[in-house]
Amino acid sequence: MLIKTRPELPSSEITPESVYVNRRTFLRAAMAAGAGAAVAGPGSPLVGDASAQTGNVWPITNAAKSPFSTTEKVNAFEDITGYNNFYEFGTDKTDPARYQGKLTVRPWTVKIDGQVAKPGPYQIEDLLKIPLEERVYRLRCVEAWSMVIPWIGFPLAELLKKVEPTAKAKYVAFETLRRPGEMPGQYQAALQWPYVEGLRLDEAMHPLTLLAVGLYGKTLLSQNGAPLRLVVPWKYGFKSIKSIVRISLVEKQPPTSWNISNASEYGFYSNVNPTVDHPRWTQSRERRIGEFARRPTLMFNGYGDQVASLYTGMDLKKNY
Amino acid sequence: MASGTLRTVVKVVVFLVAASPAASVVTLTVTDILGRTHALGANPIDTLTDTTGIWALRFVLLSLAVTPARRLTGWNILIRYRRMLGLFAFFYAALHFTTWIGLDQGLLWPYILPEAGPDQAVTWALIGADIAKRPYITIGFTGFVLMIPLAITSTAGWIRRLGGRWWNRLHRLVYVTGVCGVVHFLWLVKVVEAEQITYAVILAVLLGLRLWWAIRRRLASPAVPARQTLSSPG
Repeated sequence: MLIKTRPELPSSEITPESVYVNRRTFLRAAMAAGAGAAVAGPGSPLVGDASAQTGNVWPITNAAKSPFSTTEKVNAFEDITGYNNFYEFGTDKTDPARYQGKLTVRPWTVKIDGQVAKPGPYQIEDLLKIPLEERVYRLRCVEAWSMVIPWIGFPLAELLKKVEPTAKAKYVAFETLRRPGEMPGQYQAALQWPYVEGLRLDEAMHPLTLLAVGLYGKTLLSQNGAPLRLVVPWKYGFKSIKSIVRISLVEKQPPTSWNISNASEYGFYSNVNPTVDHPRWTQSRERRIGEFARRPTLMFNGYGDQVASLYTGMDLKKNY
Repeated sequence: MASGTLRTVVKVVVFLVAASPAASVVTLTVTDILGRTHALGANPIDTLTDTTGIWALRFVLLSLAVTPARRLTGWNILIRYRRMLGLFAFFYAALHFTTWIGLDQGLLWPYILPEAGPDQAVTWALIGADIAKRPYITIGFTGFVLMIPLAITSTAGWIRRLGGRWWNRLHRLVYVTGVCGVVHFLWLVKVVEAEQITYAVILAVLLGLRLWWAIRRRLASPAVPARQTLSSPG
């Protein structure tokens, strides 16, 4: 398959008009979703053709329920898609929804390389052949707010097994798309671009670790990291890297964006931990979006039973 | 010309403009609650805290801009609006502080939402620990507390009682409030951006001009450095 990348648009073309049009595209998508009606997507779900318009979402009907899902009240679609940290589109919480419209999500290629037996460019359509599940997870942002999100995706472990990590692979490094013409926040140096993240291999192989392709029964909107993003529910949200274009199996601990930006505040592990405060604010409580009073933050965001054993013997104050 | 009438009209207009951000916040809040819309966004408490905070800082800077603007333009009439701008700064800062302690920290929720679970209760101990641990809150709080005596002594009666010289000296505390406000804003964000830098630069210019003028004054009249009856805290 021919891998076609759209030429980057000069910044002069980012006009208020285009912003307005993108916003309308988003609003239409949001309204269609809100109505609960089936979105008339082009072709079969997920395997959209390369000429598909941006801003579109397709329904996903083949996702199995998962025992890992929480039964807590799910946040409104409007909040999940309208209140985002995705600095590639701007640093305000409403910027990603406002400026996501230009992002081309098809074709989409994920380069898998490093310590694997089967490296190569993988098309998003190939990855979507892995059976999908719906996982309702808590998401805890490092800024002390949280949501409950019905993700759709597949365990990262399923993909890693397919590409066969070698014995030397100890960590997994991830990289977000860098395409300033479509991600206007990348014209600002809020962070180093491209955004990079990483996990220890055992964290990456953990059954809770998800590669999400959708939420609320539909493919991801770009502000949520379309078409493919990581979800690590026991870590602060910034670990769950969005719009992934590269996955590398590596021997050494990879650099991570927020750690590069401010090493004393954001560590490699960044596990949700109410007993280890951010240097400038407490992590003991959080505001669940949709609620008013703060609630206590749970160790490992409430996933301690499943993941605490990954960190046995580790000083979590040092390895924040 | 009925300059008295004109003066009153201008003052009312300035008042209404200065009050409009508060009116907008109230309108959005009422719309959000009654209309069950998302007028305040997904995180309404953060929206309220951020909006009142930014307007407090803007009015601190506006009130600090009166004296330099007056000196540079010669429009002495500007002094008439300084007290109002300063009191609006205090008003927005008080709203900001109340929103933070009452809604963000949650002291008010037991009275507004009695059904909140016991694990959502907030105590003074929790808030105290938070203030002590978070320097940006300590510094913001300092800036607010320093405005209280200034708001109290803003009346003509207090100017008379204190005498112009002491009143001026006391009201120089607003310089500290300005610094506290800018540092508070710089310190609380995850990434410092143009917005925070802009406020810092404006404050630096406003305080820098005063420093420059003070130095020039001293060089010009070294014999009577402290007797600047015309000086004003601005």
